[in-house]
Amino acid sequence: MDRAFERIPSGCAISGIMNVSGKRISGEKIITSISLMHDRSNGLGGGFAAYGIYPEFADHYAFHLMYQSERGRTLTEEFLNKHFIIERGEPIPTRPHPEITDPPLLWRYFLKAPEERLYKNHEPMDERDYVVEKVMFINDNIPDSYVASSGKNMGAFKGVGYPEDIGRFFRLEEYEGYLWTAHGRFPTNTPGWWGGAHPFTLLDWSVVHNGEISSYGINKRYLEMFGYKCTLMTDTEVVAYAVDLLHRRHGLPLEIVAKVLAAPFWKDIEKMEEEDKRLYTTLRQVYGPSLLNGPFSIIVANNKVMMGLNDRIKLRPMVWGRRGDFYYMASEESAIYEIEPSLDEVHVAKGGEPVIVRLKEGEQNG
Amino acid sequence: MANLIPPRFKVVIDYEKCRKCKRCVINCGFGVYSFSDRVIPDHKKCVSCQRCVAYCPEEAITIIENPNVFRPNSYWTMEERINIMKQASSSGMLLTGMGNDRPYKNYFDHLLIDACQVTNPSIDPLREPMELTTYLGSKPDAVKVKVEDGQIKLDTKIAPQIKLDTPIIFSPMSYGSISLNAHKALARAAKECGILMNTGEGGLHKDLYPYKDRIIVQVASGRFGVNQEYLDHSAVVEIKIGQGAKPGIGGHLPGEKVNREVSETRMIPEGTDALSPAPHHDIYSIEDLAQLIYALKEATNYEKPVSVKIAAVHNVAAIASGIARAGADIIYIDGFRGGTGAAPTIIRDHIGIPIELAIAAVDDRLRAEGIRNSVSIVAAGGFRHSGDVAKAIALGADAVAIGTAALIAMGCHVCQMCHTGNCSWGIATQRPELTQRLDPDWAAGQLINLIKSWSLELKEILGALGLNAIESLRGSRERLRGIGLTDTELAILGVKHAGR
Repeated sequence: MDRAFERIPSGCAISGIMNVSGKRISGEKIITSISLMHDRSNGLGGGFAAYGIYPEFADHYAFHLMYQSERGRTLTEEFLNKHFIIERGEPIPTRPHPEITDPPLLWRYFLKAPEERLYKNHEPMDERDYVVEKVMFINDNIPDSYVASSGKNMGAFKGVGYPEDIGRFFRLEEYEGYLWTAHGRFPTNTPGWWGGAHPFTLLDWSVVHNGEISSYGINKRYLEMFGYKCTLMTDTEVVAYAVDLLHRRHGLPLEIVAKVLAAPFWKDIEKMEEEDKRLYTTLRQVYGPSLLNGPFSIIVANNKVMMGLNDRIKLRPMVWGRRGDFYYMASEESAIYEIEPSLDEVHVAKGGEPVIVRLKEGEQNG
Repeated sequence: MANLIPPRFKVVIDYEKCRKCKRCVINCGFGVYSFSDRVIPDHKKCVSCQRCVAYCPEEAITIIENPNVFRPNSYWTMEERINIMKQASSSGMLLTGMGNDRPYKNYFDHLLIDACQVTNPSIDPLREPMELTTYLGSKPDAVKVKVEDGQIKLDTKIAPQIKLDTPIIFSPMSYGSISLNAHKALARAAKECGILMNTGEGGLHKDLYPYKDRIIVQVASGRFGVNQEYLDHSAVVEIKIGQGAKPGIGGHLPGEKVNREVSETRMIPEGTDALSPAPHHDIYSIEDLAQLIYALKEATNYEKPVSVKIAAVHNVAAIASGIARAGADIIYIDGFRGGTGAAPTIIRDHIGIPIELAIAAVDDRLRAEGIRNSVSIVAAGGFRHSGDVAKAIALGADAVAIGTAALIAMGCHVCQMCHTGNCSWGIATQRPELTQRLDPDWAAGQLINLIKSWSLELKEILGALGLNAIESLRGSRERLRGIGLTDTELAILGVKHAGR
């Protein structure tokens, strides 16, 4: 992991599948979909987020860790032992793959936050804030250790390689989830490192991103003011933290979060009804620094939602479609037809207009 | 000895071309020319303001630097020696106008802006929307919304915000230091461009009342012209603590500039010196400032942002943090290149720090304390072109203020003689025969053109950066690189060296 590369621009392919009834499917389909867009990646990064894969540990935070050294593992496990109750810790199952070389040590832990520790400055502390703080600490302070994901009943599987090879390496066809997202990466100036692959996650948020965030510099500085540490050397990281800040901490609905990340133009705000005009003017005034400027299409997911979003002048492709309870999003239409030849509907996502797909009520965790 | 001081400039007249029209005699505000049979210049009075050159119909006049140089000495420059001679013959403090003209390191010229190539596309401002709209005012950390009847509605009332169509405003220049026509031009241009002009500390002439939505009124240590009516005719109220050209000292408008109109506007007797005390005599510390901020908010019903203007000095970051915590909505920071109508030369040239470093230090400090949202930063002090503006914004300023550049747009030739009140261009003077030279409509047009030009260029810079909103550049130091800077300078500016 060469920290001299502080920021790595990249092209990419993304794909997402969600069953809104919570029906779980194996990782086979998402691998097939993303592998169709092979040429959009260059073998320097691929990854997946999977939701609903750990039903037996649904109430535990599933931490996926990447270690560059045994020392990193020792130090991190010491840290986790001190701050969490570890229900189980084990290597993430992988199979040897000719295209995947030099992987880090890959471990997962199922954790609970001890109630007696949920205090900060003698004040009760939100459990999720506690978890975020620990994730930030590991990424920022413990050498050779990176948290790949930290949500409940979900996990991120990512690394250096083409996404289909990464998928096989992690044996994703053996998992079952109701929501899958995938990413194939085309970084342009890096030897590639495992922590820099997508998805980027925090708690159960995951983000896969096609594009480059030209406003990264200020997005990063803004998020740092709220305690986020941008350590993963990739612009996409800020999306995950921005969504966490705006949705979880500031309580903004996802529709509004999308309108902060890809804000309406002032000229369009001018034309709105008085009440909306006030709302959107205030949002831009207050959240200007978290506007994501530059070309992007992203799929943001958590345990209940999959959201596709394009930058406001649509500089990157994204298509979404539906067949029954299955919703699909991808950089290319063909990547959807590859796994679902007969769609009920298919649309091009509009610039700045989020496509939000929600799990039906009461069907969480499939 | 006064007579022994050599002239700084020589007026060269081509008598073969001269038609003896005496236009130069009439135009010179400094009394350089007399006429007997032919035009005779008194070189010692010439300040090279170029008015006569511009208005000579025969192009018969050339001003040159006095070729009769002192024996060259790179340490004891001609200027240093002349200054000593002046003081030895007068026992006075040397005065000057305009900003610091010494060749200190200029950080703007050691910063380079990024652009997109391949991995992200640049954006064409002629074909895509490009947003410069900027709001000044205190922002909360978060917006609250509520859902009513399936509609998402705003559930936060935020502090008053002032909209700027482009992140450039006019810096404070008082009526008194400049003419009423110049003030009118600034107000008209501010209105047309959707920006702000600033009264400076000399009060607000009633002729400018119609522009009240585009005016920042200053409350300075002399309290000139301050009453309820004054506060009511403004968009922003600004407490002036200091000025980049003369940090730590007060102001002095000589009695001869205080004519009837100036006297009415400043609310002082005609012909008396207008003396601004060095400190506000009701502000001896930060808690006193907080009281004045809230007194002004009370007086304006919490409907207007309150700005606090300070000079960039060594400890500017901590001072700015204090001002933010004292309740200011805007912090206006004036760097050491900032101009003045009159200042002691020794103060202007040796006190204060560059605005570039001040912006970076203040922005960093406010972020480190998590209070950057609570104030807007307006930076001033020597912005020469839109490149300087873009760099200042990338370093962390919300908007910039321009004074000298605005004066140049109105005809100023930067002769640095504002303090004499003889401005031949009719800007920094109250002499009626001179002030009538500045047509406020023409001058407003010049200012509007300048603001439009810079705004166009800012859009072009944003497009090259692949951005379409100014807030995505603000504080985005990742898009700047330093060139020829030390590690310490880079660390203060928060930028990497070019090539990294």
